[in-house]
Amino acid sequence: MNHHVSSLTDDAVIAQIRRLGNEDAPENIRRHVLAETGLADQYFRTASPVGDIFVAFGSTGIRMVERAGDATRFEARFQERFGRMVVPTDSPPARLVDQIQRRLSGSNRPPRVDLSTSTDFQRKVLLKTLEIPYGQVRPYSWIAREIGHPRADRAVGSALAGNPIPLVIPCHRVVRNDGVIGNYGMGGPEVKRQILTREGAQPDQLERLARRGARYVGSDTTHIFCFPTCSHARRVTEKHLVGFPNASSALGSGYRPCMVCRPVQAA
Amino acid sequence: MNTTATSHQLLAAELAADLNSHFDQVVRTFQQPLYVFALRMTGSREEAEELTQDALIRAYRALKTYSADRIRDMALQAWLYAILRNLIRNRVRRHDPRTEPLHDGHDSLAGPDDIESGYEHLEQSVAMRALIMDLPVHHREAVLLRYLSDLSYGEMSAVLGRPEGTLKAQVHRGLAQLRERLEASSEAWDLQPAGNVQRQAQHIRPGD
Repeated sequence: MNHHVSSLTDDAVIAQIRRLGNEDAPENIRRHVLAETGLADQYFRTASPVGDIFVAFGSTGIRMVERAGDATRFEARFQERFGRMVVPTDSPPARLVDQIQRRLSGSNRPPRVDLSTSTDFQRKVLLKTLEIPYGQVRPYSWIAREIGHPRADRAVGSALAGNPIPLVIPCHRVVRNDGVIGNYGMGGPEVKRQILTREGAQPDQLERLARRGARYVGSDTTHIFCFPTCSHARRVTEKHLVGFPNASSALGSGYRPCMVCRPVQAA
Repeated sequence: MNTTATSHQLLAAELAADLNSHFDQVVRTFQQPLYVFALRMTGSREEAEELTQDALIRAYRALKTYSADRIRDMALQAWLYAILRNLIRNRVRRHDPRTEPLHDGHDSLAGPDDIESGYEHLEQSVAMRALIMDLPVHHREAVLLRYLSDLSYGEMSAVLGRPEGTLKAQVHRGLAQLRERLEASSEAWDLQPAGNVQRQAQHIRPGD
């Protein structure tokens, strides 16, 4: 009986071995390696008041936030802006996600942001904006004065228009000097209004107040005047509330500026 | 020198000039071949993914400490396989995969590649995966580096630290064992007369 003949050639066996290579490597490998070696930043998707957002971060903090859309285009914009790659991650640091979520729902503790590619002036504007509390608004002129460039309202406006980290750096809390809510890069004035309403800043009332010539409010018992959204102003009862069209009229009436919201340089 | 070797040399020169800008190209070029090598060495997709990541991260960290001259002169491909192979060896030493079930649930029977290439290939792939895992480790790595990864015996010698003559013998013995087992399994599975098996087998012989 001669039925165990060597019927397979080495070539046939080799062809079968080669076919074992027909299996794609998981995409995760590249992401993981680039992130782990620090060659790329990472980003993740998370919920926000304006719908899902992408949050890109590096070892030095949050670098970019955008409304979630086309991932490839987000990555390209990031690369263009920071000269670095960014790769998606399904497991962002839990602490960072938590910090952002708390920030979006009212925490005034600012998370770490990386503004290393912004100019000095832009950085000052953005870091000052980071201080505006949840549910409050400040005019452009306030930022300009606080950072020591009192006549640079317009430049403040363009620095804010280029805010790489909207929502986290709340440029939606900066309004026009005349009290009008103004434009918003992350979806226009309606979105800005919507976010402010959600935060309890009552944008419609603010604008009505400003039209009636009350850009500052004070208390006739304490003789302190504030921005209308300042937490101190909100504690004043209706019958003691006084409106002022500008700071000089308040000062002229013997009121002193609030030390917390600083409507003018506190003495 | 073939085009692949030339492109690897070019890549080494680029890495020497600017490691951070070009390391992504290393990842893109080698993640696939390194991954399938690790996959067929371990039989587990999960382990292969981890091992490949680990190897590439170690490679980057090592390159960071090397001088530009040293990087430029590197045999990049063999060096990367050597890192990966050592990681695999360390893991194999901790728990011999041959004592574990061949299919751990990650390496499912039918991958998309199998479906595309048809039923016959699927059956062959399943058999071959199992038989490869049955080879002794030193035969398995030699056969895979030679025919799955397409390394030259010179490169294999650099990766495995064994003389080329030894490697040729090991590849030869590995192939022989695979062929025998394949034949034995097709005889055992097909309840057909040996003559039929022979005719079917001849059918897949290349060049017929």
